[in-house]
Amino acid sequence: MSRVAVDWRTSATLVGTVLKALTVPLAGTAAVAAWYGEAVVPFLVPLIGSLVAGVALERFDRRDLGLRESYLMVALTWLTIALVGAVPFVLAGHGVLAEPVNAMFESMSGVTTTGATVIDSFDAHGRSIHLWRSVLQWMGGLGILVLAVAVLSQISVGGAQLMETETQTQDLTKLTPRIEETARLLGLLYVGLTALMVCSWLALRVAGVAPNVTLYQAVAHAFTAVSTAGFSPEPASLGAFSPAIQWVTIPFMFLGATNFILLYFLLRGDPSRLTGSDEFRFYAAIVLGLTALTGTFLVVDGQFSRVEPLVRHALFQVVSIVTTTGYATVDFDLWSAGAKHVLFLAMFVGGMAGSTTCSIKTLRWLVVVKSLRRDLFTEIHPEAIRPVRLSGQVVDEETIKDIYGYVLLSLVLFALLTVFVVVDATRTVTRVGEFDAMGAAAATFLNIGPAFGAAGPYGSYLHFPDTTKVAMIVLMWVGRIEIIPVLVLLTPAYWRS
Amino acid sequence: MIIVGAGQVGSSIAASLAAEHDVVVIDTDPARVDELTYSHDVLPIQGDGTDLETLEEAGIADADMLIASTDSDETNIVTCGVSAIVGNPFTIARVKQPQYLHAWEQRRGAFDVDFMVCTDLLAAKSIVGVIGLPTAQDVDMFADGLVQMTEFEIPAESPVAGQTVAEADRFDSLTFAGIFRDGEVLVPRGETVIEAEDDVIAIGSPESMRAFSTAVAPQEDAATDVVIVGGGEIGYQVARLLEEGGYKPRLFERDEDRARWLAENLPDTTVLNGDATDQELLERESVGDADVLVSALDNDQKNLLSTLIAKRMGTGRTVAVVNTGDFTELFEAVGVDVAVSPREATAEEITRFTRARRAENVAIIEGDRAEVIELEIDADSALAGRPIRESMADLPGGIVIGAITRGDSLIKPRGDTVIERGDHVVLFTDVDVLSEVTEKL
Repeated sequence: MSRVAVDWRTSATLVGTVLKALTVPLAGTAAVAAWYGEAVVPFLVPLIGSLVAGVALERFDRRDLGLRESYLMVALTWLTIALVGAVPFVLAGHGVLAEPVNAMFESMSGVTTTGATVIDSFDAHGRSIHLWRSVLQWMGGLGILVLAVAVLSQISVGGAQLMETETQTQDLTKLTPRIEETARLLGLLYVGLTALMVCSWLALRVAGVAPNVTLYQAVAHAFTAVSTAGFSPEPASLGAFSPAIQWVTIPFMFLGATNFILLYFLLRGDPSRLTGSDEFRFYAAIVLGLTALTGTFLVVDGQFSRVEPLVRHALFQVVSIVTTTGYATVDFDLWSAGAKHVLFLAMFVGGMAGSTTCSIKTLRWLVVVKSLRRDLFTEIHPEAIRPVRLSGQVVDEETIKDIYGYVLLSLVLFALLTVFVVVDATRTVTRVGEFDAMGAAAATFLNIGPAFGAAGPYGSYLHFPDTTKVAMIVLMWVGRIEIIPVLVLLTPAYWRS
Repeated sequence: MIIVGAGQVGSSIAASLAAEHDVVVIDTDPARVDELTYSHDVLPIQGDGTDLETLEEAGIADADMLIASTDSDETNIVTCGVSAIVGNPFTIARVKQPQYLHAWEQRRGAFDVDFMVCTDLLAAKSIVGVIGLPTAQDVDMFADGLVQMTEFEIPAESPVAGQTVAEADRFDSLTFAGIFRDGEVLVPRGETVIEAEDDVIAIGSPESMRAFSTAVAPQEDAATDVVIVGGGEIGYQVARLLEEGGYKPRLFERDEDRARWLAENLPDTTVLNGDATDQELLERESVGDADVLVSALDNDQKNLLSTLIAKRMGTGRTVAVVNTGDFTELFEAVGVDVAVSPREATAEEITRFTRARRAENVAIIEGDRAEVIELEIDADSALAGRPIRESMADLPGGIVIGAITRGDSLIKPRGDTVIERGDHVVLFTDVDVLSEVTEKL
């Protein structure tokens, strides 16, 4: 008799714990619904359901979490939250979200901090439903932060172990010897950044430069900016707000995609770790470089006649895409091919490892760039031995191989999804062009949010066939948890001893 | 006087001390012990220096000094520690690994070692000093690097040749301490004319040394492209010190694992995994264009070979490490620009120490015709508390005060400079008056 080598019960108990924790945001959103006089039942049903399921799952024996159990736990957690998260949308029964596939798309897009929406008519949904979308994203951001620090860096997924050398976590472990403690500190920092953003929005309101900002708007956006996720209750996204609000939101997206451990050291009065980090400089340089490039295209196209809007819109869009947030201040789908293609390329960059960002991430690109440069050098000097260094630390060759593998895998999955989107669309009456398909594939798989064409920043993913939406749901999930934990589950070796 | 370890360093110290002192040599190898008995007037004991009984047999209780110079760093350190249990000798330990020296420098006197000398680091520092100054033959540091002594050979085409000392002395905090001409030591006066082929001893700040080096040979640019051959401890230390000085050297190492280790530990060095006697490789890496090539292999023949190949290919200057002390002059005779012998240097350093025990630091010049010594001035010194002009009258001729350091600052000595207690004085002295000088100061 073949035995399953994975102690799935241990993974299941942890999912149970997560389900129990889910009752808190559900209860909070239910309270808001009650406050606005909207239906409470859509939140109370999943609340009771996850409480019961959570308690039941926790009754399994829990042993130490091993490598295999970690993979399973990570994959199951995101899937479970997305499933529970879809329930309020279906039960509320408003508009397109009443359909299960759409609800699941919206929920998965939320919990993976993607920000792609199927909503065509924003007014059809109550404030509590819009808040729930933001809450899902905020939880997803917190989850990925804890995951990145506590789990991914331990199981070395596609070079994620590098984050440890890059941030010199050995100092951090000296500071907080337990990993839970580290995760708790970073969680606090995340909460603090969110609170700061709420305050700064309200401050602008008080100062009179943000007339349409309410506490509701401030909270809903703070939840989706710091988590670099991008849902907005407004159909025009950040375009619905004043330039001051747009400016003040840029740093929060930027910080959300900055390594939180380095931010933590910054707060402790040690900025040198952040400024001395090769990855941070690379990340900042890419943001500035792409902004300059986008700005140049906009100047050539004569999109804006004044400097301030030009700089603001170019910077905002680039930061939004690179950090994988997905807000928009203008419908950049109307921009010329040059600017649009820059944004398309920006989708593949991602922010820093150890943050809430998605996509491939600057850490991996930096290692790829450095190792390519090294390979060109050794091409001319075959005897030279030149280790790849990140902030002075040597990156071992095995890790470099992992990173190349990860980048290749990402691009292959992106290409497969693109082809699927195009082919699946021709099967039905909809017609999707190649560039729009590439944009939609990248924006979902890399967890960005808005793409181009019908799925542009002021559009929605509603028009894609259900089969395409399901494929996107799966790939948002796969992409968010760094691909490998899901792919590993598909190998026979994983399940055998 | 007890010497533990009769290898090359131990034997040569024993030889130079035997005439004036009662020397006991301890070694575990009976053959070496036998050999020493016949060649030198020393008392040899076969045994282990870390063994208290052996040390007691050697008379540790009454010994003035113990020199531990076996090939094992740990043995040397332990030997010093054990000797301090029953006796109170001045202990000197020789180490190969700089880490022990760094630890000891944190607290001098640690491990009951009164003086520690690191062979490979000594050699590496001397090589790096020579690389930095194109016309330097010898470089030594004093007062924790604040003061540098350099021996310059004046080339015939040098603008300095034919100038008087007063004309050449245009630099802050630089003193001309001595001139060697045809084997004679001259004490430079303002009107002394510097001639081609003279060896000039200058004492002062490292910056003034670089400035004077440029004045001596303005056509020679400071070396920028340095190639190191052999990534042993000396090669590694040379590369590390060069990196500290802002150089980006190239380093050839044959062993792949070692080369990888070097590459990981030397971020600014290009490490090449290959044999430096492979002419094709040297051509491909255009070693001929290098300003300086340092050969620091374990094997003297290979050091000679690689420096000669480099010289033929057009490398500016070549520096070779000589592992067998006797070959230094031979190397320089066949075309190696500077030959550095780590063991000879270590033996010298220890021997000097036995001679001028009060000195903080000593450099021996031109085959022991003169010395540069660093002294801390106490109340009894003839120099303490009065202007140099006055105290010089009480001292024999043939000495020149090169530099004074007070705290972290360097003072250029003048006739009216008053030396205070606690100052460090770096002075040049003819060996003929050495014992008289050390007694009075």
